[in-house]
Amino acid sequence: MSLDPVFIAGPERHILRQALSNRSFLIGLAIVALVAAMAIVSFVWTPHDITRLQVSDRMQGLSLAYPFGTDHLGRDILSMIMIGARNSIAVAILAVGIGIGLGVPLGCWAAARGGWLDEAVMRVNDLVFAFPALLSAVMITAIFGPSAINAIIAIGIFNVPVFARVARAGALAIWPREYVLAARASGKGRFLITVEHILPNIASVLLVQGTIQFALGILAEAGLSYLGLGAQPPMPSWGRMLFDAQTRMVVAPHLALFPGLAIVVTVLGLNLLGDGLRDVLDPRVRRQR
Amino acid sequence: MIPYLAKRLLTGLLTLLAASIIVFSVLEVLPGDPARIMLGMNASPEALAALRMEMGIDQPVLARYLDWVAGLATGDFGRSYTYSTPVIDLIAERVAVSLPLALLALALSTLIALPVGVYAASRRGTLSDTLTMGLAQVGVAIPNFWFAMLLVYVFAVGLRLVPAGGFPGWDQGILQGLAALLLPAVSLALPQAAILARVTRSAMLEVLGEDYIRTARAKGLPRRAVLWRHALRNALIPVLTIMGLQFAFLLAGTIIIENVFYLPGLGRLVFQAISQRDLIVVEGVVMLLVATVIAVNMLVDVCYAIADPRLRTAR
Repeated sequence: MSLDPVFIAGPERHILRQALSNRSFLIGLAIVALVAAMAIVSFVWTPHDITRLQVSDRMQGLSLAYPFGTDHLGRDILSMIMIGARNSIAVAILAVGIGIGLGVPLGCWAAARGGWLDEAVMRVNDLVFAFPALLSAVMITAIFGPSAINAIIAIGIFNVPVFARVARAGALAIWPREYVLAARASGKGRFLITVEHILPNIASVLLVQGTIQFALGILAEAGLSYLGLGAQPPMPSWGRMLFDAQTRMVVAPHLALFPGLAIVVTVLGLNLLGDGLRDVLDPRVRRQR
Repeated sequence: MIPYLAKRLLTGLLTLLAASIIVFSVLEVLPGDPARIMLGMNASPEALAALRMEMGIDQPVLARYLDWVAGLATGDFGRSYTYSTPVIDLIAERVAVSLPLALLALALSTLIALPVGVYAASRRGTLSDTLTMGLAQVGVAIPNFWFAMLLVYVFAVGLRLVPAGGFPGWDQGILQGLAALLLPAVSLALPQAAILARVTRSAMLEVLGEDYIRTARAKGLPRRAVLWRHALRNALIPVLTIMGLQFAFLLAGTIIIENVFYLPGLGRLVFQAISQRDLIVVEGVVMLLVATVIAVNMLVDVCYAIADPRLRTAR
């Protein structure tokens, strides 16, 4: 493919060995896999059926039947967290998808063409960065109607300049390389060069950034649904569960404890995974440590 | 230096202008007629027309945009549709809560993060470094509004040390005001401190490898003096950048925390104004925040240029 053939066999095996001995990477991967598994299992099985409201069992404490207790409508909190994981993951992944889908082509295009186009793309980037992301996301969801889709769009828009910037910086570093020069000399167009040489070489940086934005997306989604601007009931979401818990915390603090922990653990896992990936994939960082 | 400043100022102003076009056009395409919302469903057509004329929304879009921008430039943000007071007064009232809150949070975060970061860097690779940085990882992952809820449960509901929410107003005494802002500031500060501590640590690690640090140690300066006087001062540039970004974030990012604590700040003003379709208030606050972000970024860049002359000629 596009990687320099001399280096291909060595580093890739090396990277795998590095990854398996990197503590951050392993812990992060384990946590993320666990949360993902929880979300997938929830499609076929949850400890309790959360659509059946059991008001007689409302706001129960921790027990064998309800390991995390029940909420104000008698729904099992563990089951709600499992289903809520789907929502968090879906919103964050799609928001990252928007960021990569629009940002990476923009960044690569700017790097490939340079000149006024590069300047224009970067100034538009700066413009988006000048908007306070959270407040703007609140505005977008509040104005266009609260829903999971609008939350995805609102979070996704602010991922675009992030990926554009990372892709452009990465691409600019690859363009002066000899093999790119050779490809140009042999008559390859900028588009083909970008697809065959630039993208594979910036993929690792994009992967690391993707993990970070994924974690930020989970936090942002939780914030929006806490304000009632994310997924709408009866679809459970971690942020919404925290909102529902807030007024009942005095009598049942466990209502707020577990959804919050779910967010912390997921974001922590993603951040550890991102840190680990960066250590493994970016030789510059590896040398510094 | 002067051409650099002029160029930076010009791009800042252009960004602001572009932002005003975006804000105005996004809020302009909204469904809903503010006049009808103010007067209710049963209003007579004549009353609606009269109010529209009074509010200026019967004018063509371009004329309204120019009018609005000219107003912004002279500090006239228009008049709120729901409160019927000048927007600038509403904003001033709310900034009196949001600005001290952001500053308090930034101060707390800095007071926690700098010592922790310097400490971890100086003990690099030891158990205490691993532990503090592990804690910082957890801190970054904690949603601030959840942390706020836990703080309220422990310190306001359980121990009854501070109020659980609301704001008495500064005229009730500075101490009461600060007490009301304490928990919100702590909950805002924790995740920020975790980020800042990580940045401080890595900046310190970079500096601690420099020759002049070895020289300072070799000539017999105590470890502590080298760490705080020589190393930290040189590690401050990335730290200041992050602090600049965090201040801008804190000023705008308090929207959720203000909802947890029922604080009458800028965030809640926007939040309520959106739901009441009081667009002129939303536009004013958003423009103010965008201007703040741009100004803070500019200030950080200028600090850079002062610290490092090479950056003045770079774009």
